[in-house]
Amino acid sequence: MYTTLLVRYGEISLKGNNRPYFEDKLLENMRYALAGLKTHKMRKTYGRIFIEIEDDLNEVSQRLQNVFGIISMSPTVTTTLDMDAISKTALKVLLDTPGKTFKVRTQRPNKKFPLKSPEINKQLGAYLLTNSQNQSVDVHNPDRVINVEIRNEGAYIYSRTIPGCGGLPVGVTGRGLLLISGGIDSPVAGYMGLKRGLELTGLHFYSFPFTSERSKEKVIDLCQALANYSNSFRLVIAPFTEIQKSIRQHCPEEFYVTIMRRMMFRIAQLVAEKEKALALLTGENLGQVASQTLQSMSVINKVVDIPVLRPLVAWDKSEIVEVARRIGTFDISIRPYDDCCTLFVPKHPATKPPLKLVEKAEKALEIETLLKDCLENLEILTLKARRQFTSCVSF
Amino acid sequence: MGPIIYLDNSATTAVLPEVVKAMTKMLEINYGNPSSLHGLGLKAEKALNEARYQVAKLIDADTSEIYFTSGGTEANNWVLYGLTKARQRQGKHIITTSIEHSSVLAACKRLETEGFEVTYLPVNSDGVISLKDVESSLRKETILVSIMSVNNEMGSQQPIAEIADLVHKKSKAVLHVDHVQGYGKIPLNCHRENIDLMSISSHKIHGPKGTGALYVRKGLHIEPFMVGGNQENGKRSGTENTAGIVGFGVAAKLAGNNFEERVAKMREFKVTLAHQLINDIPNTYINGPEPEKGAPHILSVSFPGIRAEILIHMLEQKGVYVSTGSACHSRFEGASHVLKALKLSPEHLEGTIRISLGALNTQEQIEPTVAALKECVSELRAL
Repeated sequence: MYTTLLVRYGEISLKGNNRPYFEDKLLENMRYALAGLKTHKMRKTYGRIFIEIEDDLNEVSQRLQNVFGIISMSPTVTTTLDMDAISKTALKVLLDTPGKTFKVRTQRPNKKFPLKSPEINKQLGAYLLTNSQNQSVDVHNPDRVINVEIRNEGAYIYSRTIPGCGGLPVGVTGRGLLLISGGIDSPVAGYMGLKRGLELTGLHFYSFPFTSERSKEKVIDLCQALANYSNSFRLVIAPFTEIQKSIRQHCPEEFYVTIMRRMMFRIAQLVAEKEKALALLTGENLGQVASQTLQSMSVINKVVDIPVLRPLVAWDKSEIVEVARRIGTFDISIRPYDDCCTLFVPKHPATKPPLKLVEKAEKALEIETLLKDCLENLEILTLKARRQFTSCVSF
Repeated sequence: MGPIIYLDNSATTAVLPEVVKAMTKMLEINYGNPSSLHGLGLKAEKALNEARYQVAKLIDADTSEIYFTSGGTEANNWVLYGLTKARQRQGKHIITTSIEHSSVLAACKRLETEGFEVTYLPVNSDGVISLKDVESSLRKETILVSIMSVNNEMGSQQPIAEIADLVHKKSKAVLHVDHVQGYGKIPLNCHRENIDLMSISSHKIHGPKGTGALYVRKGLHIEPFMVGGNQENGKRSGTENTAGIVGFGVAAKLAGNNFEERVAKMREFKVTLAHQLINDIPNTYINGPEPEKGAPHILSVSFPGIRAEILIHMLEQKGVYVSTGSACHSRFEGASHVLKALKLSPEHLEGTIRISLGALNTQEQIEPTVAALKECVSELRAL
């Protein structure tokens, strides 16, 4: 019976002159998410979008649950502009939505309709009460609200609300470069970046033969999972073996991790320029490991001037794991293949590396040559969204 | 990079061209269902029987004693579940070893939860169990003794003939031999050695994956594991994997040709390689039996201080393919139960690779293999 899906997008409607841009991006992303289904007419009205459903409503709403920018959706029945039809339809909607109490809420943008909103509420409420069993009206705390919108093209009636992902449409806030290892945190950091409207390029440091091809596959699978929340996802794989070997051979063991991460950041900044990304994103989390103390982060951060976003900086591990499970990256992340970060990790890494000593130790490296060799051998993959993912609920 | 040197034949082997050809014919032309009444069905049945003959011949079994399965794991599982089901009224005790393949051990673990008692015999530093332990473990209620002929991770061989004697003299238990790694490599005669059940697999002898067999001594009752259309004389239901089985037959036939000469070549390869590695690379250890003893085709080598996984990827870059402890669990964390049974140190365990030979390896591959290992090991040790 539902022929229309009402889509609400919250925060975008607050934007000033940029609003049309945000809305168009959202529509584009929605169309992309619904690719392969029958064409759906989409109509943008103030603060919401109506989609005429020609396919399975569940399929459409499930797909849209992965589109950032959507706050919630309601399956809607449309009917002609007469009270008889509206009453009958409202009764169907009432019976289709579980609950014992209800209230009617009417909006009337179409001022030509003869009855005013409070009158419609009254008439409809009475009709619903007399034509149903064991139902009662509760205007303060109803089990469900029967919403009626009187518009020029007809009446829209809905009650059920399906949560969306929230956030902003992917693409509206620019491009970020996500440093992605294969662990649990970085994909979640990427997800949070996507949620705030970033388009992402992933950057993975690959240390074959110290890590296996399966560890690379794992990262590709993680990026695929993220691509499903975006239209497409670029993944840059940077060869890191020579750099790691060089650090291992020339630098003191306690600074190994700090220097490795400084090299990663240097490469990331250069890749970000190529990718036109305006920020780096990492899964770093204050205090989780030696390289994530404030002192370490600050020494590592010194080598770049591009902003470094750390969406998970204040999260607990359990919170990160919870999101990772929900977005389907957790099971991929726990595959037992090492990534380059777990190699050569000293037993006692410096947790408070002094900048001067690190800079001095780094002088033993041919930094420019190492960076150049790495950047000349990048491997770039483009991953397209696949429509077979676990749906997310609002966060 | 030169041509590939594939030394991971205990994980699986390359399928020989003759095998592929026979299989292609089964898939394209002789595709009938052996159970069909018409001529195409009969043709497929005949091809199946020819394969059964070839597979049986290599272990001196009768064709009526061979039941095709989906591989070694199914054959082992079938024995553990099917035989215990058939004999549980006579007792609930099983004897096996601590170094069996996981398809035996995992089934034992499950049987333990169902009220069976399992004795896991230890091995000595050569990876061999003691006959005394077998004897002292046998009880009135022992119904099954399941022992592998060749260990997949270090190539140790168990004295099957002596074990068979002991088991049959001292008990009414049935003897099962997991011969997956030994089939086509060491001669084992089912009847002469008095073996009741034997698992074998096709893809370790240059046949296709997904095919294996269980030998069941004539007159021995074992409950079916797969039930349905009563194929394989009612013992193993499911439409036969005709192409796979025919491929298995051809591979078995080829493995039987020049058997002794081929095995001697493998042994020579293994012994030469082992000695060169010990001579050329300091701090190198051979695990399990001396290279001259044990199976002709499996060599377990440790380079303490190195992570085997990294070594494997470095060798791969040079075109040399080997595996860590054992392919079945090289993808999971935790050291192998077999190497642990040898009581190796953690450093040893972590630095262990397995080199395993097949019919296609040649003596010319020894030198580049040693050179590659030497180079990789010294590079890793320098880091």
